[in-house]
Amino acid sequence: MAEYNLWHEFKKGLWQEIPPFRIALGMCPALAVTNSATNGIAMGLATFFVLLCANISVSAIRKIVPSQVRIATYVVIIALYVTVADMFLAAMFPPISKALGPYVPLIVVNCIILGRAEGFAQKHPIVPSIMDALGIGIGFTLSLALMGSIRELLGFGSILDIKLLGNWFEPWIIMILPAGAFFVFGFLVAIVNYLSSKKPAETHGH
Amino acid sequence: MEETKQEKPIEQPKPVPKEPKENPIDRLVVSSSPHFSTEDNVHKIMHTVILALLPACAASIYFFGLNALFLIITCIVACMATEYAFQKIRSKPVTITDGSAIITGILLALTLPPSFPLYAAVLGSVVAIGLGKQIFGGLGYNIFNPALLGRAFLQAAYPVLITTWSEPLTKAAKQGIDAVSAATPLALMKFEHKITPHLDLLFGNTAGSLGETSAIAIILGGLYLRYKGYINWKMPLGYFGSIAVFGGIFWLVNPLKYPDPLFHMLAGGAMLGAWFMVTDMVTTPTTPIGQWIFVIVAGFLVVIIRLLGGLPEGVMYSILLMNAFTPLINRHTRPKVFGEGGQGGLTG
Repeated sequence: MAEYNLWHEFKKGLWQEIPPFRIALGMCPALAVTNSATNGIAMGLATFFVLLCANISVSAIRKIVPSQVRIATYVVIIALYVTVADMFLAAMFPPISKALGPYVPLIVVNCIILGRAEGFAQKHPIVPSIMDALGIGIGFTLSLALMGSIRELLGFGSILDIKLLGNWFEPWIIMILPAGAFFVFGFLVAIVNYLSSKKPAETHGH
Repeated sequence: MEETKQEKPIEQPKPVPKEPKENPIDRLVVSSSPHFSTEDNVHKIMHTVILALLPACAASIYFFGLNALFLIITCIVACMATEYAFQKIRSKPVTITDGSAIITGILLALTLPPSFPLYAAVLGSVVAIGLGKQIFGGLGYNIFNPALLGRAFLQAAYPVLITTWSEPLTKAAKQGIDAVSAATPLALMKFEHKITPHLDLLFGNTAGSLGETSAIAIILGGLYLRYKGYINWKMPLGYFGSIAVFGGIFWLVNPLKYPDPLFHMLAGGAMLGAWFMVTDMVTTPTTPIGQWIFVIVAGFLVVIIRLLGGLPEGVMYSILLMNAFTPLINRHTRPKVFGEGGQGGLTG
């Protein structure tokens, strides 16, 4: 266990490999449900939960799953946790569940979760897999919260339903339409690329 | 000694071009194309286009007063400022004096309603130059017409503001009121089945965007551009022809419900689009067949959107959609290079 730099496994999901800006996975929910900060955070947390549980499970059974059927096995495992998340949201937060619609069940085919299972959890012990899921999951949640906040601020003049901009502000309807998601996503990718190209030393540190 | 020998063959060719006038062989210049150049450059073309847009600007100020003037100035200043800021950030040479940003500003202003708020016009200008032009690499690299892209963004961002029209001052003054909100001729046609008289459309005595009203001012500018040789007949006339043919088909089928072809040409943004946007050098096809395809399909889209779509006006989307297809059209309509194809071609 000592050979793993747990802090690094955690930290990489927050900047170096932050989805969906650095690793362009999970773009479907990032574009589809970020029309408000609440929806973005809820989607991010649901994905986070599924990712964490899936990484632990996949890592735990990594030595007994035949490689020929591994993808199918992972999908079944992920589907289990997605069902849990879906039912939890429907029971506890019906309005959010309604707003997210089919995108919660669609976490099953979210590339981030399958990507981390295939790319990390199946090769590493449980503890580093947990750190990996924590980093990527928090990174994804923060990304969706940021996109949702920007779109809600410009499209409604509020964040988390708190009115921030006064009546002088004429909302940009386009920001809560799908086209606005692409604008915001493109801008954020550009900003992230610009920042990481400026200080390459820091991203490769430690 | 060895070093001097090596240098000699390099030094020898140098004196040859230095004594050119007496040696006839030097008149034989071998160079790659282009072999001819014109006196036209970006500066000259852009300033001619600005001049051609002046009648339309003047007409809009006459009909809509200071609002129109402020809108035009705001858009020009915002476009130039955005261009300057983007080029500074990207450490590129600043080209705001070449006039292309001014044209984008004027064209954007001409597509906006007279009562449009100035801050929103600034936003549209930033999107037009920033997302429409500089993101792609600046003048000559943009896929979409920048002014129309800014207009489309504003249409999606402020759907109410951008469809709030007012009567021209000439009509409002008669009623002794400062401003009267009104529907555009196209909206009247579409939602109330009222046809605006052709003469009003020709001179611009109707509600609408700054550059939608006076057809005759835009035609003047367009003819000037044609006289200068910067646009060909094919693009504007093909666009009008296509609108007239497809609009005419609808009119012949049901003259009570659908307007006549002349109305289609005079109303809305068709005039401005035909003379100043379809003829854009950057965002439209360069091949002769490609230009025909562009204008015919764009004209068809205008009629379809106007008569069957949800919006009263379709010029903006028709041109933007065809802009998107321009690279594809260019690629598939490229004329054969002399000697290409065939079996015995020298170039193979």
